[in-house]
Amino acid sequence: MSVRRLAKEQPASWDFAPDTLEKANWWIAKYPAERKQSAVIPILWLIQKQDGWVSEPAIRKLAQMLEMPVIRVLEVVTFYTMFQLEPVGSAALIQVCGTTPCALRGANALMDLCAAKIGPKDHLSADGLFTWQEVECLGACVNAPMAQINDYYYEDLTPETLGQIIDDFKAGKSPKPGSYAGRHTSEPAGGALTLTDPSLYDGSRAKKLKNIPNAPEPA
Amino acid sequence: MPKAKVNGVEVEFEPGMTVLQVAELAGEEIPRFCYHERLSIAGNCRMCLVEVKPGPPKPQASCALPAAENQEIFTASPMVKKGREGVLEFLLINHPLDCPICDQGGECDLQDETLGYGRDDSRYHENKRAVEEKYMGPLVKTVMTRCIQCTRCVRYVTEIAGVPEIGMISRGEDAEITTYLEKAINSEMTGNVVDLCPVGALTHKPWAFNYRPWELKKTETVDVMDAVGANIRVDARGAEVMRVLPRVNEAINEEWIDDKTRYAVDGLMRQRLDQPYIRKNKKLVPATWGEAFDAIAAKVKKSSPDRLGVIAGDLQDAESMKAALDLFTALGSANVDCRQDGSVLGAGPRESWLFNTTIAGLEQADAIMLIGTNPRLEAPLVNARLRKHWLATGVRIGVCGDNADLNFSYHHIGAGAASLQKVFDDHAKIAAQKPAFIVGSGVLAREDGEAILNMIGQGAAKFGLVKDGWNGFNVLHTAASRVGGLDMGFVPGKGGLTAKAMVKKGALDVLFLLGADEIDTADSDAFVVYLGTHGDNGAHKADVILPGAAYTEKAGIYVNMEGRVQLANRAIFPKGEAREDWAILRALSDRLGATLPYDSLTALRRKLIADHPTFGQVDYAPGSQPAALDLGKLGKKGKVSDAPFTSPVSDFYQTNPIARASVTMAECSALAASLRAQPVAAE
Repeated sequence: MSVRRLAKEQPASWDFAPDTLEKANWWIAKYPAERKQSAVIPILWLIQKQDGWVSEPAIRKLAQMLEMPVIRVLEVVTFYTMFQLEPVGSAALIQVCGTTPCALRGANALMDLCAAKIGPKDHLSADGLFTWQEVECLGACVNAPMAQINDYYYEDLTPETLGQIIDDFKAGKSPKPGSYAGRHTSEPAGGALTLTDPSLYDGSRAKKLKNIPNAPEPA
Repeated sequence: MPKAKVNGVEVEFEPGMTVLQVAELAGEEIPRFCYHERLSIAGNCRMCLVEVKPGPPKPQASCALPAAENQEIFTASPMVKKGREGVLEFLLINHPLDCPICDQGGECDLQDETLGYGRDDSRYHENKRAVEEKYMGPLVKTVMTRCIQCTRCVRYVTEIAGVPEIGMISRGEDAEITTYLEKAINSEMTGNVVDLCPVGALTHKPWAFNYRPWELKKTETVDVMDAVGANIRVDARGAEVMRVLPRVNEAINEEWIDDKTRYAVDGLMRQRLDQPYIRKNKKLVPATWGEAFDAIAAKVKKSSPDRLGVIAGDLQDAESMKAALDLFTALGSANVDCRQDGSVLGAGPRESWLFNTTIAGLEQADAIMLIGTNPRLEAPLVNARLRKHWLATGVRIGVCGDNADLNFSYHHIGAGAASLQKVFDDHAKIAAQKPAFIVGSGVLAREDGEAILNMIGQGAAKFGLVKDGWNGFNVLHTAASRVGGLDMGFVPGKGGLTAKAMVKKGALDVLFLLGADEIDTADSDAFVVYLGTHGDNGAHKADVILPGAAYTEKAGIYVNMEGRVQLANRAIFPKGEAREDWAILRALSDRLGATLPYDSLTALRRKLIADHPTFGQVDYAPGSQPAALDLGKLGKKGKVSDAPFTSPVSDFYQTNPIARASVTMAECSALAASLRAQPVAAE
C-alpha cells in the first residue's frame, strides 16, 4: 500500500448515469432519511462500476447527494484501497495477489510479466487498455498464484498463461475465469483423492436411524 | 453515588464518568493526546492506559472506558508504566526529533509526556516516514511529519467550529490530516486547532519562528476586538506583543478565542501614533505634548461650550471615557456620545442594553430568535455557544435578517421588520419556557431604530421574555467599550448632539474623537482632536493627534455585552511618547482650566465606582437579576421601514484600527472576500 492521492487529471464535471442513479436511490431508500450517508460505500461502488474509477467531481456530487461534508467522502474513498482513484484500463484491471502463499507459488514472476507487458503498476498503460496492481490476499490461496481480472478470479497462473490472458483481453476476447492448471475449482492437482467411491455420497450406504442423538427425553 | 478505588484510595463519582475522569477526581494525572474535555472521545492515541479490576488482564484506554461501581483503578502499576512506554515508543517511531526547530518546543504535550512517561532512548533504527505539508489557510502552518493522528483538529472543526473541512485520509501508516483539496479552513475560529494540537504539526503561521514560549512575559487580560470580552493571555517580549492565547472562562469564552482576537496583534506594531502631531498648512507635523495641548486650548477657549463635542470609540476603556465625560461636563458641553454607529440604546434601564441571558445562560434558552444579527461575524464566540446549545439540545432558532451560514440550522423567517411583525401577530404566545431574543446592534442604529426597538419590545413582552428568574432580552453589541459607555451615561445630555449630528457640517467648533475611527467625519468642519493609537480613519481628519495606549498597553476596565465588568492589565508600555488615555485627558483638563479631580488611576476608578456602582462589580454579570425590564416601554412608537435587517459587520477581519493595521487580518480578509465572491463548488 502506498500513499493514496486523487488523480492529477480530473474530468470537469461528473453525473450519474440513469441506471446508476436508480440503483443509488435504491440504496439511499434503505436507510432512514437523516442517516442517508450510510449509503456512501455502496454508491461509491456503483460510481466505480459506472466509470471504472472514482473521480473528484464524482466525490463532490456524492457528498451533495448524501448531504455530508465532502471531506468525509474523501476519507472513505482513500481509506478503502478497492476504490480506484485513477482511470483504469478499458480492457482489464489486473489485480495480482502478492501475499505469502501466492508469492511462494510464483506471484513475483507474474508481476514481472505485468510490468514488462503493461508498464509500471498502479498506472494506466500507454495504450489505455490495462492497469495492473499488486493486492493483498484475495482468499484463493489453494489456487495460488492468482489474479483478479475485472470481476473474476484467474487461478493457478504461470507467466505463460497470464501472458495469454492479457493478449486475449487485448484482442477484445473474454478469457474464461477459473483455474488454468486444468483442475476443477480447488480440487487437488491431478484429480480428486477423496470421495472417489460414489457410495460415500449417493445415499446407498444410508441406514435408518434407531434414535436421534441428543434428542430430548420423551416426556 | 457509585464508588471506585484509584490506587487504593476510594472516590465517589457521578454515574457516567469515564475511568480517566474518576482518576482525575482522585488527583491522579493521566497522560493523554487525543482526549479533550470539550471534544468527543476518539480513544485512538492509547496514551491514557490504566489497569482496572475487575477487567481483562491488559491495559485499558481510560478515556473511553466507563467507570463502574467498586472498580479498582491502577494508574502507576508496572503494567501501566510499560504500556505508556510502549505507546510513546510507537508514537515516536514516526515523529521527527526536530524539537530544536519546532515552534511547539517548550509547550509540547509529546515532549512533556515523553519526559514524564517515556523510555530513556529509542530502539528504532529504520527510516521514518515523511508526510507532505498541507495548506490550511493563512493562519495554520502545517508540518505534517510531526502529526500523531490524534484527530483533535478534525473533531474541533467538525464539532465546535461547525465547518467539517478537516479530515484524516488514507489509513494506517499513510494516514494524513488534510482539508479537502487543501482549501483554507473557512472559519473565524481556526486558531484554536493550533492550541489543541498536542504536537507541532499545526502551528501559528503568522508567528512562525518568532519566539520561544519561555522568553515571553505573560499577562492575563481581556480582549477588546468584540463585545464578548474573551479572557486572554497576552505574551510579550520586550516592547512587542508576540501572541495572544485564550484563558479559560466558562462563562464567556470557555477556552476558545476567535482569529481576530488572536492574530490581529501584529497590528499593534504597525501604523502606530507614537508622538503628538499638529496640522500645519494641511500637513500633520510632529509636535510636543505642550504644543498640542496649547493648540487645543486655544481652540476650546474661543468656542462656546455647546460647540464642543466628544465621541468615544469602540476600543476605549471605561476610565478614559469617564475622564472624557467628566472633562466635557466640566466644560459645560452636553455633546457626548459613545455610539458611533448611531444606536438608539442608552435611555431607560440598564437591562435594555445588556445581553441579559448572559452568554453561558443562552444554553438554558429553549427558543431563540436572532434579529438582524449575524453572530458568526459579530461575536464568533456567541455563535459557538449557540452551536453548542443547538448540537446538544436541538434548540429551535429563528433568524430575521441575513440568511447567512451560521454553522447551525435555523428557521429563516424573513429579511425585514414586516416578517418579524407577522411572527408577532400570528402567534398569541410561544410554547417555550425560556425564550430569548438576540437583537443585533445594527438594527438599533437605523433611522427607525427607536420604532424597531419598540416593536421588538412589544413582541418580546407578548412572548413573555421577561419573567421571574429569566430575562431573555439580549442586545448583541459589537464594540468592547459600548456597554461601559452606556453604563456611565456617555450619551448626549439635555440638548446635546448625538454622534451622527456632531459630525455634520457646521455642528461643532471642536470635535474630540476619543479613539473613534468608525464614524465618517468627512463633512465636519470642526477642529478635530484625535486621541488614539493608530493612523486610521480618525487620525486622517485630525488637526491635533494625541497618541494614546492600545488595550495591551494600559490597565483598564471593560464591560462586556453581558454587563460583566472585567479588568484588563498592561502587558507592555505605550509606544514612544504615547501615554495612557486617562492621563492625557487629565493633563489636558489642566490646560483647559477644568482640572479633573483625580491624579491616579486608582482615584479615577474610585470616582467611577462612586458615580456608577455597577463598575465595582468585577467579573459579575447581572443576568436575570433583577427582572425589572419593562419590555413594553422600550423605544418609541413610530413608522418602521421594511428595509432588510443587515449585520453591522460585513468584513469580520477589518472592524477596528488594530485589525486594519494587521497584515494577517488583511490576508484573512482577502481570502474571506474571495470565498464570498466564489461560493465553493462543493456546497
